[in-house]
Amino acid sequence: MQAWCFICFNGSVMPDTPHIHRSAAAASNPLAQEPLPKIGLSPEDLAQMYRTMVLSRTLDERIYQLNRGGKAAIFGSAQGHEAAQIGCIRGTDPSRDHYLIYYRQLTAMLALGTTPLELLLGFLAREGEPLSMARQFPLHGAHPRVDLFSFSNVVATQVPQAVGVALADRMRQEDRVTIVFFGDGAASQGDTHEGMNFAAIHKLPVVFFCENNRFAISVPLRKQMAVENISSRAAGYGFPGVTVDGTDMIAVYEAVSAAVARARAGQGPTLIEAMVYRLLPHTTDDDHTRYLTKEEIDLMHREGDPIPKAAKLLRDRGLLSAAEEQTVKAEAQRTVNEATEKAEAAPYPPVEEMYRHVYSNSSGPSGKGSQ
Amino acid sequence: MAELTIRQAIQRGLEEALQNDPNVFIMGEDIGKYGGAYAVTSGFLEKYGPKRIKDTPISEATFIGAGVGAAAAGLRPVIEIMSISFSLVAFDQIVNMAANLRYMSGGQIKVPMVIRAPTGAGAQLAATHSQSFETWLAEVPGIKCVAPSTPADALGLLRSALSDGNTVIFAEPAQMYGVKGDVPDGRFTVPIGKASVQRSGGDVTLVSYGHGMRVLHSAAEDLAKRGIEAEVVDLRSLSPLDMDTIVASVHKTNRALTLDMARRTGGIMAEVAARLQEAASDWLDGPVARVGAEDVPWPYNRELEQEALPRVEDVLASLKKSYGI
Ligand SMILES: Cc1ncc(C[n+]2csc(CCOP(=O)(O)OP(=O)(O)O)c2C)c(N)n1
Ligand SMILES: [Mg+2]
Repeated sequence: MQAWCFICFNGSVMPDTPHIHRSAAAASNPLAQEPLPKIGLSPEDLAQMYRTMVLSRTLDERIYQLNRGGKAAIFGSAQGHEAAQIGCIRGTDPSRDHYLIYYRQLTAMLALGTTPLELLLGFLAREGEPLSMARQFPLHGAHPRVDLFSFSNVVATQVPQAVGVALADRMRQEDRVTIVFFGDGAASQGDTHEGMNFAAIHKLPVVFFCENNRFAISVPLRKQMAVENISSRAAGYGFPGVTVDGTDMIAVYEAVSAAVARARAGQGPTLIEAMVYRLLPHTTDDDHTRYLTKEEIDLMHREGDPIPKAAKLLRDRGLLSAAEEQTVKAEAQRTVNEATEKAEAAPYPPVEEMYRHVYSNSSGPSGKGSQ
Repeated sequence: MAELTIRQAIQRGLEEALQNDPNVFIMGEDIGKYGGAYAVTSGFLEKYGPKRIKDTPISEATFIGAGVGAAAAGLRPVIEIMSISFSLVAFDQIVNMAANLRYMSGGQIKVPMVIRAPTGAGAQLAATHSQSFETWLAEVPGIKCVAPSTPADALGLLRSALSDGNTVIFAEPAQMYGVKGDVPDGRFTVPIGKASVQRSGGDVTLVSYGHGMRVLHSAAEDLAKRGIEAEVVDLRSLSPLDMDTIVASVHKTNRALTLDMARRTGGIMAEVAARLQEAASDWLDGPVARVGAEDVPWPYNRELEQEALPRVEDVLASLKKSYGI
C-alpha cells in the first residue's frame, strides 16, 4: 500500500522506508546564505523580482474577481508558481532568448515585460489586446515586443516547437537560447518525450523548464509517473536534469543560469524541474476541495507560498522593511486598479476582425511585422 | 418514464455497463476523484474502484492506443477524452488503427471500444479547444459515430454503442449536458444508423445534430408563427448515415435545409446535402439550403465566437434565399 505524503504531496511513500520530503532540499538551500555578488544578483535585482511577484499575485487576484463577476472567462492561476517563474526569467536574457510558455504563466509574462493592461485586455477580450487581438485564450499568442509565443491549449505542443525554434537558431548560427515551460502533466505527453530526444540528438540550446505542481488538474504525481522526479528522465535522453525548490527564486535562478550557460556554450539542453504548489484550483472552473482535504490545502498555503518566503529572504538581507513591504503592495494594487479601469473601458474588437489573419498574404518569412 | 439530463442519461448507461459487463472499464484524464471534466463519472471511482475507473496521465495517444489493444485483447474499454479537440493527439490510433484493424486482419480482430468526448464551440475556449471532429471521424469507414441531443437518445445510443462490435465515437455536445428530457424505463435502445424526426411538419425539412437541434427548434417555432410547418430531423448517427428518413421527409416537404454547428466546409452536413441532391433532386423545389459555422479558427472573444456560430436568423435567411419562405 502506498501512502501519500501531505508535506510534499509525494505519492511514493512506502511504509518502513525513510522518506525525504521533496521540499526539504529547499529548506537547506546553501545559496540562501551566500553573499549577493556570489549569487550574481544585485539588491535591486532581488527587490525587482519581489515586486514582480507581488504584482503578479495582485493581478492574479484581480483576474479571479473579474471571472467571478462574469467579466473574464476561464483562468489558470499562477499563485504558488511566482518564484519559479521569476527566478527562471532572471536566469535568461530577454533581450535575445526565446520563450515558449504555457497558460499558467502570469508572472513569467510580467517578468518578460508584458504589462498588466495588455494582460487584462486579453482576459476581457478587448480591442488592442496585443498577443492575439482577442482571438486566443488570455496569456496565449505572440508578443510584439517580447520574443515569446504560446499557443498550447493542447498541452505539450510547445515542446517540439521550442526544439524547432532552437534548430532555426542553430542553422542561422545565432547565439540565442530557447526556454520552454510546461507542467508535470505535460511531461507525460509524447510531444515532450520526443522533443527532448530530438533536442538531445542535435545538442540544441534549449532549457526545458517544468513547473511541477504535483497535479495535472486532479491527477496526482503518483498516477502520472512511477519515478520520483521528472528530472531523472533527462538521463535517458542524454542531458542533465535537476530538481529545484520552485518556491525559492534564488535556487531557480541559479539552476536556470547554469542551464542557459551550458546551452550558450554549445553543450546542449538541460531539464529543470521546479517543485511548486498550485495554491488555487486548476482553473476558475475547478474546485480543488473535490480532491484535496482542507488540511492539505492549509498546509500547502503555509509551506508553499513563495511570496512570504521571498519577503523573508529580502528582510533577512536588510532589503525590505515593513513599510517598504506595504508600499510594494500598495503600488501593485494601484497599477492593477488603473489597468483594470482602462481595460474595462476598451471596446470589443469589431466582428469583421474574425475574418482577418486566417491566412498570410505575404510570401516572406515569419517575423515581427510580417503580414 | 423519468426526467433526466443528458449527463444523467450517460451516467446511467455507463453504470449499467459497469454493473453488467465485467469487461467494461473506463479510462481518461481526471475521471476518478474529480469525476470527469464535465462531471459525467462523478462518484464512479468510489463505486467501482480504481481497477475499472482509471485516471490516466496526459497521454491521449497512449490511452487510446491502449484502448485499441485492450479491446483487441477482449475487453470493452470506454475512453473519455477531455475534449474532442484533444483527440488529434491520438488520431493515428483512432483513424489508422481502431478503424482499420478489423479490415486489415481479414476480420480476425475486433475493436469494440467506445470513445466519449465533449464537442463543440460556444464556451470561449478558442481555436484549439472548440472543435467538432466528429464531423471528420464520421467519414472514416470501420468506426461508427453518434451524437445525441436528448437524454433518451443519449442513453439509447450509449447502450447500442456498448454492445456494438466496433469502435463507436460518442460525441457529447458540450453545451447540452444539462438538457432535460423524459427517458423511458426499461432496456430500450436507439439503433445506431437511424435518424429521428423530432418535430413533424409538411413545409420544410430541417436537418442537423447535437447543438444544432436547439437552433433548428427555435427556427421551427419562428416559422410556425408564419404558418410554415417545419419537420425537424436529428441525424443522431453521423455514421452510418440514415438518408432514408431524410429523403422520406423531403418527399413530403420538397424543401430542405442542413445546419452544421461545425465549420460549413466539408463537414458531415455537406455530405447530407450532397446526398439529398443525389437522391431527391426531383422532389426539391430549389437547392438544399446550407448553414454552417464560419470557415475561420474559433475566436476567443465572445461576440466574435457567437458571430462565427450559426444562429436562428441565419437559418431563416437561408430558407428565404433558397425557397423564398
Ligand atoms: C492534449 C491535452 N489533453 C488534455 C488537456 C486538458 N488539460 C488542460 S490543462 C491539463 C493539466 C495540465 O497539467 P500540468 O501540465 O501539470 O500543468 P498545470 O496545469 O498543473 O500547471 C489538462 C489535462 C489538454 N489541454 N490537452
Ligand atoms: Mg501540474
